[in-house]
Amino acid sequence: MTSAGRTVAMGVDEHAVGASIEAPFGRALVELGRERPELVGLSADLAKYTDILPFRDAYPDRFFNVGMAEQNLIAVAAGLAKTGRIAVCTTYGVFATRRAYDFIAIACAHSRADVKIMAGLPGLTTGYGGTHQAIEDLGLMTLIPGLAVIDPCDATEIMQATRAAVEHPGPVYMRLQRGQVPVVLDRARHRFAIGKAALLRDGGDVGIVSTGLMTGRALEAADALAQEGVTASVLHVATWKPFDREAVASLAARTRALVTAENHVVRGGLASLVAETLFDAGLQRPLERVGLPDRFIECGSTPFLQEKYGLTARHVAEAARRALGAGRGKP
Amino acid sequence: MTDPARNHPPGVSLAGRTVTGPMRNHPPGEPSIPDLQGRALQLRRHMLAMARRIGQGYIGQGLAIADLMAALYFHELRYDPADPAWSGRDRFVLSTGHYSIALWAALAEAGVLPLAELDTYGADGSRLDMSTLDTTPGVEVIGGSLGQGLGQALGMAIGLRADGAGARVFCEFSDGELQEGSTWEAAMAAPHFCADNLVALVDCNGIQADGPVVIGIEPVAAKFAAFGWDAAEIDGNDMAAIVAALAQARRRDGRPKAIVLRTRPGRGIPTLEQRERAHFVRVDPHEWDALAGELEAGRE
Repeated sequence: MTSAGRTVAMGVDEHAVGASIEAPFGRALVELGRERPELVGLSADLAKYTDILPFRDAYPDRFFNVGMAEQNLIAVAAGLAKTGRIAVCTTYGVFATRRAYDFIAIACAHSRADVKIMAGLPGLTTGYGGTHQAIEDLGLMTLIPGLAVIDPCDATEIMQATRAAVEHPGPVYMRLQRGQVPVVLDRARHRFAIGKAALLRDGGDVGIVSTGLMTGRALEAADALAQEGVTASVLHVATWKPFDREAVASLAARTRALVTAENHVVRGGLASLVAETLFDAGLQRPLERVGLPDRFIECGSTPFLQEKYGLTARHVAEAARRALGAGRGKP
Repeated sequence: MTDPARNHPPGVSLAGRTVTGPMRNHPPGEPSIPDLQGRALQLRRHMLAMARRIGQGYIGQGLAIADLMAALYFHELRYDPADPAWSGRDRFVLSTGHYSIALWAALAEAGVLPLAELDTYGADGSRLDMSTLDTTPGVEVIGGSLGQGLGQALGMAIGLRADGAGARVFCEFSDGELQEGSTWEAAMAAPHFCADNLVALVDCNGIQADGPVVIGIEPVAAKFAAFGWDAAEIDGNDMAAIVAALAQARRRDGRPKAIVLRTRPGRGIPTLEQRERAHFVRVDPHEWDALAGELEAGRE
């Protein structure tokens, strides 16, 4: 698929780290649809832009496009779930969470309905501004009782998490990277499980807690720090809820300082979950937060926006240096 | 009054499943209108007793849809009181969760819930809440966040149609809910998906939380017809009209069905019918005996 992929006998292994995979969610869903006749797909006039078309093409009788009506998207999905279906629906994160919040809360979460909400354009992955950038979606969804919340890292994890979401009993909100999605995690070694954080790198100086696409950048930052003689752990927390508090507390206990990295507002985001976990565990550590400020963000190219708002490996590495500086001299 | 569910024919076979319990699929022949009116009276008795025990309640709305509930639970709906979760059942979606008083009365009268449990309506720890939760047997959706019923009913209708067992979905919602945009999102989608196993039951009682309907929603039936529904409008307290409209709604012609029911809050108890049209009726403690007397005096 790309020249970065590992060359194998029959061409390029698109699952190789450094390569990318086209529409990993759609591919995974087609496979799941084959295994599970009760799986249905829905979208709200964004099927083309959320990678669910492969499912529609494979199972046209099991796909429903409800038009530009996000409340109805979630309501119809919940109704289908209440007849024994697993209803996977796609739209953009902003529309799912801001327009259909009450339906996600009551018709899905309160009702324990098997609805899986796949949410496109997470954080600063669109050139559109505040109308399309889902910058507070995970915080909102994490507040709803009984809803599992996932921010996968890459193509490998999107495919695994799609399966996990479908197999998980009850409602799920999952962020979606669409189109050509990079491969960061090794398919042969990574095993996603809902509620389980993954320690991708182990180092005792600084602990980086990352989520979503920021995990790829956290790994690059760890490489850069290693060249300076600083050892960094990278704990990838794809599941915001249930949150793996034990893994975070354990990381904090064996490192001197912490960094959080998220494609989301830090207030009410991963940073808040980590700070709460440290407080509950009685641990005090310098904590530097990489993520978005409490404001709406302008339009612009995604590289420009991600650089301006600090969602790069360089920013993560700088945050780690600051955190270690703040921790120096303490017992 | 006969015992609950005694007039249901035994041994109906549907979708490969032989049901020996009291369950029926809109049976052939004409129902007895007086029998159904008797059921409605019994539901009103239950509701009055329930409201009296807690000194308040949504008695006005409950009395208004008692006739519809009797026609559904003792004639039109296909279900098994001994197995309320039977997958082939017709679904009754009560979108207006605060009408729970009418649903509890119907479910108890039908034998889904114990009659004695009606005494617990609205009490702390009871599963017969003032607004419905779906953890109580016979409840299909959590009602009460208004505007969430019709879309879920549409999803159920699509799913049940694919199941091929002929099950239908009846969704009650109120005129006030026509002010929720989500109701119209669902109203627009149902004809698109040819959900002809979906029957909307629009309870137009003319009141909402702030009093008489605060923003115009008429003409209701014409709106549904314009959206592509097979729409009818009836006197929602006329049992023969309800039964006839439900019979018409059995047609599987590709169109969803809407029955607009004009109902009178407090129906069956003249004092309550004439009381100020209020969302939440207040009754003074000394009034209950007289109200019960009016209900019995008016029995047909």
